[in-house]
Amino acid sequence: MKVLIASPLRPYTHESMVEAAGKTVGELLADLDRRYPGLRFRMVDEQDRIRRHMRLFVNGEQVFDLACALAPSDEVQIVQALSGG
Amino acid sequence: MARATKKKNSPSKRVSSAGPLLLVATRKGAWIFRSDKGRRTWKSEGPHFLGQIVHHLVRDRRSGTLLAAASTGHLGPTMFRSTDLGRSWKEVKRPPAFAKTADGKGRTVKHTFWLTPAHANQPKVWYAGTSPQGLFRSDDDGLTWEPFSVINDDPQYRAWMGTEQDGTPDGPKLHSVIVDPRDPRHLYFGMSGGGVHETTDGGTTWTPLIEGMEVVEGFSAANVAFHDPHCVRLSPSNPDRLYQQNHCGIYRLDRPSKTWVRIGRAMPKRVGDVGFPMVVHPRDDNRVWVFPMDGQTVWPRTSVEGKPCVYTTHNAGKTWQRRDAGFPEEQAWWTVKRQAMTADAGDPVGLYLGTTSGEVWMSRDEGERWSCMARHLPEIYAVETASLD
Repeated sequence: MKVLIASPLRPYTHESMVEAAGKTVGELLADLDRRYPGLRFRMVDEQDRIRRHMRLFVNGEQVFDLACALAPSDEVQIVQALSGG
Repeated sequence: MARATKKKNSPSKRVSSAGPLLLVATRKGAWIFRSDKGRRTWKSEGPHFLGQIVHHLVRDRRSGTLLAAASTGHLGPTMFRSTDLGRSWKEVKRPPAFAKTADGKGRTVKHTFWLTPAHANQPKVWYAGTSPQGLFRSDDDGLTWEPFSVINDDPQYRAWMGTEQDGTPDGPKLHSVIVDPRDPRHLYFGMSGGGVHETTDGGTTWTPLIEGMEVVEGFSAANVAFHDPHCVRLSPSNPDRLYQQNHCGIYRLDRPSKTWVRIGRAMPKRVGDVGFPMVVHPRDDNRVWVFPMDGQTVWPRTSVEGKPCVYTTHNAGKTWQRRDAGFPEEQAWWTVKRQAMTADAGDPVGLYLGTTSGEVWMSRDEGERWSCMARHLPEIYAVETASLD
């Protein structure tokens, strides 16, 4: 499925839209980390919590749980929260 | 004066006339300064990791490896590694992270704050201190990191560490990881807050080392949690002598004694003995430099009265002398963080400090006179030297 990558993570992917696979958000992130080593830990902490300033959307709906199911046709967006100054 | 952004990632070839490197970690990236043998001219390389908060940039003199502890305001922490003096960098495979807990409520490393190469007999071993406080170790020259020793999860240590509300404004920190050059099993570290601690068995057991240290008025000095060491240094020429800049004074400890002596009492009253960094002479354990800070009322964290100065002692803290030649004489409200002041091994010793206003100052004559070697950098978090000899 297509995954939109937040600009702070593009040093890993070198492009804004990438392909990755998984039946859940967790599996998708694991696949992204296989393709782009190090990316997952920048957005998910060691307790498997999505980091405070990162946001994940599936088909435009925000998700908070790595166990959230995904379908092959889903579109995933990883964005950075607008915060700070 | 070298312009901070004059030369970008294009280091000159290593030559025999090379002087020390200066490794500058800032809130927005890192810079490496290279000098001639006389330390007269400096060329900057950078920025490395522009936009990343770099808390510490350290070179391991055993292997030559450089490690940079980095994070951003939004992304999780990481670490970068270079084996060619910063010509190229690669992200490490597994940066420091706490153990995952079954309930998912365990702690999360916000950033790695401190890096220390281990004993000369333990090649490829490094230690790291984090915020919130945790102690980590790498056995493969920084590529992968694991929690080290019991303290990260020990109930007593967790109580002494307190919560994030008990630490410094950008998070409580484990710092000053010190390795006894005579014994790889003998280590120290400090926690802000949470005291100074020692192990003599390679990290299996730790003991607080707080006797003689004072705490904020109204609190009990017997409670380890109330102790706030800012910077602990071991004398390179005498590993039995430690110095400490604390939230509540300047101290010296001569082992095997376990009682710190508040040598900052001899500082002028109007200056006080609050500050963050501390530097010990590489060959004279009686000589120390500190950078006093305004620690009154709301803790302005500026130079005292807007007049930057270094204080030095030649007799292990019995008396102190002001050294401010070359610094602005007034209206300079910067200060120096705990990792941002250091010395090289030259003769005379070169001293370096990085300011919260993004300037690097140096002294070629052991602090007698200071000059600004770079300005307009981001806020400086850490300054380290590295010898290419």
